[in-house]
Amino acid sequence: MWRFDFYNTNIDFLRWGKLAIGGSIMVLLIAIGSLVFRGMNLGLDFTGGTVIEVQYSEPVDIPKVRETLRQAGFGDAQTQHFGTSRDVLIRIPPREETNSATLSNDVLHVLQGAEGGSGATMARAEFVGPQVGAELVEQGGLAALGALIGILVYVMFRFEWRLAVGTIAATVHDVIFTVGWFSLFQIEFDLTVLAAVLAVIGYSVNDTVVVLDRIRENFRKRRKGSTLEVMNRSINETLSRTIMTSVATLLSVIVLYFLGGAVMRGFSIAMIVGILVGTYSSIYIASASALYLGISREDLLPRPKETADERP
Amino acid sequence: MSTYTLNQYPWWKYLLIGLVMLWGFIFALPNLFGEDPAVQISGAREHVTIDASLQNRVVGLLSAENLPYKRLELEDSRLLVRFTDPDEQLKAADILKDRLGRDYIVALNLASSEPGFLRALGLSPMYLGLDLRGGVHFLMQVDMDATLKQVEESYVEEIRAQLRSEKIFYASVGRAASGGVLVEFKDTGERDKAAQALHKNLPSLQQDEPGPLSLKLTLGEPEIREKRDFALQQNITTLRNRVNELGVAEPIIQQQGNDRIVVQLPGVQDTARAKEILGATATLEFRLADEENDWYQAESTKRIPLNSRLYKDREGRPVLLQKRVMLTGDSIVDAASGLDSQSGSPAVFVTLDGKGAKRFEDATKDNIGKRMGVVFIENKTETKRVDGELKKTSYTVEEVINVATIRDRLSRRFQITGLDSTREARDLALLLRAGALASPIEIIEERTVGPSAGKENIDQGFRAAMLSLVVIAAFMIGRYKWFGGIATAALAANVVLIVAALSMLQATLTLPGIAGIVLTMGMAVDANVLIYERIREELRNGNTPQAAIHAGFDRAFDTIIDSNLTTLIAAIMLFGFGTGPIKGFAVTLSIGILTSMFTAVTGSRALVNFFYGGRKLQALSV
Repeated sequence: MWRFDFYNTNIDFLRWGKLAIGGSIMVLLIAIGSLVFRGMNLGLDFTGGTVIEVQYSEPVDIPKVRETLRQAGFGDAQTQHFGTSRDVLIRIPPREETNSATLSNDVLHVLQGAEGGSGATMARAEFVGPQVGAELVEQGGLAALGALIGILVYVMFRFEWRLAVGTIAATVHDVIFTVGWFSLFQIEFDLTVLAAVLAVIGYSVNDTVVVLDRIRENFRKRRKGSTLEVMNRSINETLSRTIMTSVATLLSVIVLYFLGGAVMRGFSIAMIVGILVGTYSSIYIASASALYLGISREDLLPRPKETADERP
Repeated sequence: MSTYTLNQYPWWKYLLIGLVMLWGFIFALPNLFGEDPAVQISGAREHVTIDASLQNRVVGLLSAENLPYKRLELEDSRLLVRFTDPDEQLKAADILKDRLGRDYIVALNLASSEPGFLRALGLSPMYLGLDLRGGVHFLMQVDMDATLKQVEESYVEEIRAQLRSEKIFYASVGRAASGGVLVEFKDTGERDKAAQALHKNLPSLQQDEPGPLSLKLTLGEPEIREKRDFALQQNITTLRNRVNELGVAEPIIQQQGNDRIVVQLPGVQDTARAKEILGATATLEFRLADEENDWYQAESTKRIPLNSRLYKDREGRPVLLQKRVMLTGDSIVDAASGLDSQSGSPAVFVTLDGKGAKRFEDATKDNIGKRMGVVFIENKTETKRVDGELKKTSYTVEEVINVATIRDRLSRRFQITGLDSTREARDLALLLRAGALASPIEIIEERTVGPSAGKENIDQGFRAAMLSLVVIAAFMIGRYKWFGGIATAALAANVVLIVAALSMLQATLTLPGIAGIVLTMGMAVDANVLIYERIREELRNGNTPQAAIHAGFDRAFDTIIDSNLTTLIAAIMLFGFGTGPIKGFAVTLSIGILTSMFTAVTGSRALVNFFYGGRKLQALSV
């Protein structure tokens, strides 16, 4: 049995608060820069187009498949292996023609007609029209925004405004970092990744709220100590929980990365990045922002009842 | 409070938790039984009954081919034949499709092999999404602009006819580029006369006077809405007919938004064929019956009179119709079922456009008292492998859907009576609409998952969920020992409850949905982590074990609520946004959060109380 205990830790986390915020701002600038200049490698869900996954009965060479497709007039198709050497993934950008819905059938027929392709079957075919793609972009953005606002309102209602702002700062930080990661490394960003980003929002806030709860509790309980000391103490007290939960969630997502199949890979990457950065941000960004916004003990003490019973 | 009475639950709390878990196990139970490959037989039309005689026929057909089957189940509207082997299932489906004919829909299905008593209780396994069972998802959009353009074009004809019959002089009538119908005149007097006449005869059109010599007519809002609805319903009807023919066990065809149709065909093996069938177009033809010749003679001697053609009606009876076409479906503007105002019997009311009305009037005025048939024609394409080459062939399927006597000179509006039931009237109206000038429809989204890929997705998802459970259990036991074991039990209970809730709600389980379950497992232990860390802290602060347990559960509670609620908010946002698979993720995540609050807080507390409560403890294994 191993043990790791952090109860006797007394790390002065917030001593590096300014450094952490500075560093985070730098990283976020890089992420935003990448988003602006490199852009996202948006998946089919958002760009529209056709993706076909074909399974051959025997291993197949990609250049041959490419040549077959080029001769049949699909020169714009991107072809790659997917998982095994028998599986081929073909992407075709959106086309002007109206019958693009039948494209996947045509491609399959072409491949079946070629040498070695008689046993080819369609494992998956997806076609998204440009207008649907545009709608999904809009809806996805709205969903992320809606989640942020919903959580902001909840946290505002539940905590003092500086802590709420700190929470949102931490969450926005995590979202930009995760999305920036996908931009920087040009990993395909599709609907499931978007779902993961929303789950990251939920996770990040969840993680932060626990630290904030403790800060509030300690302010009320301990009458001595500076704001900084109380916050540091709270972070140290919740540290083992923060790490335990992060590791447990990370473990489940890592399992998903390796066993969930190719479709879930992007999802898993987003969750792994999001959990790591979410753990960091709940320690640093949330509390440090609240600290620099000037939070003090008085802000967190339970308010005296303002309204006495008014009896006519 | 003495520490001895701490951490003891009253008996009813254990009972309550026991009942919830019992509920969970019962509802989750059907998922343990796997599925049988099956063939489902249902009636293609309303009058086809599924009964014991069909069952005998099927048994006869199968035993003649020496095809072993597992079980036959006769239900209200379907006959289910279960097999042990998918190859036998496919063979049997081919044979049955061939021998039973067009009256029956023969569809491949996967039937849960849960025992009969569970099904009798109304319990069924989780509903698997298309990405897990394979199948096709289409999102189709009806081109409403084109639909309204068609309507306006038919009004152009109508207005011309009206003006002519009212002897009003006009310069031109045509569709305006910006929409609406523009009529130009040579003088204002004629224009005003026309405005009056059209207002009387075509009251649904809104009038506008853009200049002294012109009149602009536009469709009113209610009419536009009606036409859109008509176009949508027409396409849904057509698609439904096609899907029936395709043989899909549980198809979903429904309206989405104002102008879209979702078609989901689970378990479809040949997706190319599915698209070909769905893409077929239908038209109608009205033809006079050939009453001089006998269909029986024509059929038995194979000598068909020169001016006639031999058709079959929906029941397969031969009908002899003349070759000359009186009217085609393009002219039909509307067809609705209802009751005849005089006799009160079921009827179908048909409305034609101006050009069609004129043609039909001419064609029927000399044929009063004669019989007339309506032929439903579908143009289809099929891709087949001939000598290793893929060939696309087009073919048509023609069927007489109604034969009626012409009682009067038929014009813009007429009705078809003599129908047996309101249901028949409704079916006929649907078919007439389906064969009317079709609104263009376009597939704007397609997601196809092959059956083997679906199976693979389930296996991968299942393995990931299992391993994740094992890894987290090891991690929790490694850190919290006995208490970790309790957390693991709570986690397993949580998975049972998620599966039970999904089965009960019949919510669709997708691959991202499984990811949601896996993610919930990681996040569900958070509540236990919070509690246990709190207990350790209390122990360090010098509290007795019982007091530490009590305080740990108590103090962590607010935090658990806070942290779970925020995740729930994100999950609900996802659900609102959700399309297909993403919705599945949101559903399992939300359910998982709710059930985990129960299992991790109440469930694990009960276990802790059961093992540790009310005893004198020296130390805790946490």
